[in-house]
Amino acid sequence: MVKEIERYGIPIVHMATITTISESVGANRIVPTIAIPHPVGNPDLPKEEEYVLRKKLAERALKALVGSIK
Amino acid sequence: MNTIKEKQPDIVVAGPAFNAGRYGMACAGVANAVVDELNIPVVTGMYEENPGVEACKSKAIVVKTQDSAAGMRKALPIMANITKKLAKGEELGLPEEEGYIPQGKRLTVFSDKRGSQRAVEMLLARLNGKEFKTELPMPEFDKVDPAPAIKDLSKATIALVTSGGIVPNGNPDRIQSASAQKWGKYDVSQIDALTGDYYTIHGGYDPVYANEIPDRVVPLDVLKEFEKEGKIGKVYEYFYTTTGTGTSVANATKFGTEIGKELKEAGVDGVILTST
Repeated sequence: MVKEIERYGIPIVHMATITTISESVGANRIVPTIAIPHPVGNPDLPKEEEYVLRKKLAERALKALVGSIK
Repeated sequence: MNTIKEKQPDIVVAGPAFNAGRYGMACAGVANAVVDELNIPVVTGMYEENPGVEACKSKAIVVKTQDSAAGMRKALPIMANITKKLAKGEELGLPEEEGYIPQGKRLTVFSDKRGSQRAVEMLLARLNGKEFKTELPMPEFDKVDPAPAIKDLSKATIALVTSGGIVPNGNPDRIQSASAQKWGKYDVSQIDALTGDYYTIHGGYDPVYANEIPDRVVPLDVLKEFEKEGKIGKVYEYFYTTTGTGTSVANATKFGTEIGKELKEAGVDGVILTST
């Protein structure tokens, strides 16, 4: 799905835990995430800290979208 | 690896993983580690679209299986036969004879016809619409050029897409929990978070955490905050969702093409796609 969406010229970032799959399929922008059942969360953290963690991950994804790929 | 080392095996069998991508990658991880560290053969089994194939086929023998465990009865005799041969130290035959996925190795064989003659025969067969078999299959490269970066995030519309099976409570479009045949899109323009109204129907991971806070899979809550702060222009009014587990590459390609078309037409500037 990542590749087909990018084919339209829209930058796309794949947030995934098993990044090796993402790489082998050919995603150009990848942000590694926390775990399979909660990629952008961590239930072990207090809710506020978890939210901060999610914010950081989402910021990293946005950073990937504004970064050029050589 | 420690468990495997303790048993001092002569050969290791992993899987078969069929078309389970994460399982396939796990089998590939074990296969590569065993071959590298213990220098003993590894046999595994996967469907040809499994990403684990590319990850380990050059080191392990990957038996070609069907895409689900329904193919177990066919896969096991082939895997057992290969395992037996390797354990005895016998040479394996060609991939298509033995039933494993080609490892990309070249073997020198003698032919009674010289190259030019074989090439002309192939060409003639092709021109006559007859079957022929290339001696040098070309690898398939399907790379998509990276799309240009977003120039001004504060004016950009960002869309959220997921293969994590997050849907509105009740799953109104009945998206499959595995081997998805379709995708859905849901209006998130009026909400600040998914928590409460959404849950996951994905059959390939423990849903407890996603059901409690679906934003753990699709980070709508923080994206909405970024929108309020002016960090991004806006969150696209729909988010797109399907189930990634066991879904064929053909369907995933189709979903991507259909979703991408909508996003392009809507003028979306960037996409965050989360996977579980």
